[in-house]
Amino acid sequence: METKEKIKKLTGSKAMIQAIEQEMNRDETIFIMGEDIGKYGGIFGSTTGLFDTFGAERIMDTPISETGFIGAAVGAAAEGLRPIVELMFVDFHGVVMDQIYNHIAKIHYMSGGQVKLPIVLLTAVGGGYSDAAQHSQTLYASFGHLPGLKVVAPTFPKDIKGMLISAIRDDNPVVFMFHKTLQGLGWMDQIEASLGPVPEEAYTIPLDKANVVRQGTDVTIVGAQMMTVEALKAASELAKMGIDAEVIDLRSIKPIDKATILKSVAKTGKLVVVDEDYYSYGITAEISAIVASEGYQYLKAPVIRLAIPDVPIPYSRVMEKFVIPDSQDIVNSVKKLMTA
Amino acid sequence: MYRAMKTSRYYEERMEKAYLEGKQPIFNIGAGPVPGEMHLSNGQEPAAAGMIVHLTQDDTVSATHRPHHQAIAKGVDLKKMTAEIYGKKTGLGKGKGGHMHLFDPKVKFSCGGIVGGGIPHAVGAALANKKKGTDWVAVAFIGEGAANSGAFHESLNLAALWKLPFVLVVEDNGWGISVSEKKSTSVASNDLRASAYGIKGYHVKDNDPLEMYKVSKEAVERARKGEGPSIIEIETYRFLGHFQGDPELYRPKDEVAGLRAKDPIERLKTHLIDENMITSEALDSLEREIFQEVEAAYQFAIQSEYPNPEAALEDVFC
Repeated sequence: METKEKIKKLTGSKAMIQAIEQEMNRDETIFIMGEDIGKYGGIFGSTTGLFDTFGAERIMDTPISETGFIGAAVGAAAEGLRPIVELMFVDFHGVVMDQIYNHIAKIHYMSGGQVKLPIVLLTAVGGGYSDAAQHSQTLYASFGHLPGLKVVAPTFPKDIKGMLISAIRDDNPVVFMFHKTLQGLGWMDQIEASLGPVPEEAYTIPLDKANVVRQGTDVTIVGAQMMTVEALKAASELAKMGIDAEVIDLRSIKPIDKATILKSVAKTGKLVVVDEDYYSYGITAEISAIVASEGYQYLKAPVIRLAIPDVPIPYSRVMEKFVIPDSQDIVNSVKKLMTA
Repeated sequence: MYRAMKTSRYYEERMEKAYLEGKQPIFNIGAGPVPGEMHLSNGQEPAAAGMIVHLTQDDTVSATHRPHHQAIAKGVDLKKMTAEIYGKKTGLGKGKGGHMHLFDPKVKFSCGGIVGGGIPHAVGAALANKKKGTDWVAVAFIGEGAANSGAFHESLNLAALWKLPFVLVVEDNGWGISVSEKKSTSVASNDLRASAYGIKGYHVKDNDPLEMYKVSKEAVERARKGEGPSIIEIETYRFLGHFQGDPELYRPKDEVAGLRAKDPIERLKTHLIDENMITSEALDSLEREIFQEVEAAYQFAIQSEYPNPEAALEDVFC
């Protein structure tokens, strides 16, 4: 269908930059703080070129004073500004978790709704390129566990732009996780999913809705970011074997879209949940619990959970490949489910 | 000291090549026999060697995400270290740690990938040394970027309060990735911050190996005698990017050429010969020996086996 809408193919990185640029042009209260987000343009290309457009007043390179600048976002937001703060790797949040879980997540609640904190916390997640235990985590669940934070992890460029605009316009704190491999950076693995059609105009995509990215009838596979990509790859393989898989791209970690998951499981009766985060207390556990308590009657077989098996991410490639689920693991799991 | 500096330089030059294997013509950070991030220390040798020459195996070193020169000066097993960087099962951490996470408890060496994360570990080691009644010293190395983290200030407060045998070496290579010290730090140099904690501060200009040797000697001796902690900041040079593959658009193009012209290893070599401390023949033979040692470490790493994938599940708990 022909539309008047202008659509261009963009990488995940370019989709982010476009979202931020359009919002900053719309709203002067928006500014960015972070390490190497100025001239460098963000280590993972989240702010490339924005320094030249908006200058040092609005695109602020910070020292490695992380508790300081993330805590400063609280004060600035309470005073009516809309800070976007980037902390390079999700792994680096250990040092600022007090500001995040005791302050950013709780102040709206503790103040009885008086204080709004429209903060976007940007951070890169994911492994698969031998960056080892302190630079490869996703930590979806660590953030999703905390009341008071919205947590999103979009996969495709169109969703990245629309959800980032929603996050910026939202009056709540939003943790916006972008996956390094999905940024379409020249110096990492090149994958098809990191490039996709993105409308040029500003638009929003809700922060609480999953997306069925492949319709199917035999089994439901739920993932986020690279695990969605692996699930789609697995679904193509399964199709060759006559198995019709439905794939759900979670997009939002918190709040989690129960309705979309339950509707799909009602149709297929079988569920595989796949996660690049740790196994215990993670997305796979959460979704299994949702289906066990609210969709038990639909299940024709036990739920299969694929995730990092409760070990830190190892450095050596052979071990890292072994712990991060991939399409082959998903195919094997589905085959097992179909014969169950 | 010269040996440690030269070993480190050979090691890093060899690593620069090894790292690019499998990454040409298209650079992919995850490809090749040495995947992941690679932070090399070419140019920063005086900071590590000038300090660690005063330490023994009983003294602790807590190092950074750019750790090779510090590890080599501390006497970390070069073969096992290289095997670790190649992800082999003969590596220090059986391939689990990688280049930013090298642990060799035999020589009390550790490092880590989180900026500032290792400073309090050295403070704790110094506390243990004091509690045990030893004269052992603990030294933390950081880059100048880490001096703006909370861990830096909290650690110095504790070390000063408890008068611990602790020395903090700040390797000011001028750049916290792309942000210069001038744009990130409220004082001209971090040794000035010593006065805030009532401890001793030293400043070494122009990456001078001899000056680094001298002030480190004093700081370590003071720590051993129970006279309390110190900070040393050395103006050092980073010949290469923050990591290999860094486009370095943020620094002037001629900066590196200027730094290379002042190569600290060449300066130390000239000094040793001029002062008749060593003959050039002896230096040549030392360099051959170092070259062979480095090459043997790489051969060991290359020839070692990869771990079994299932080994990933081991070592989470004792």
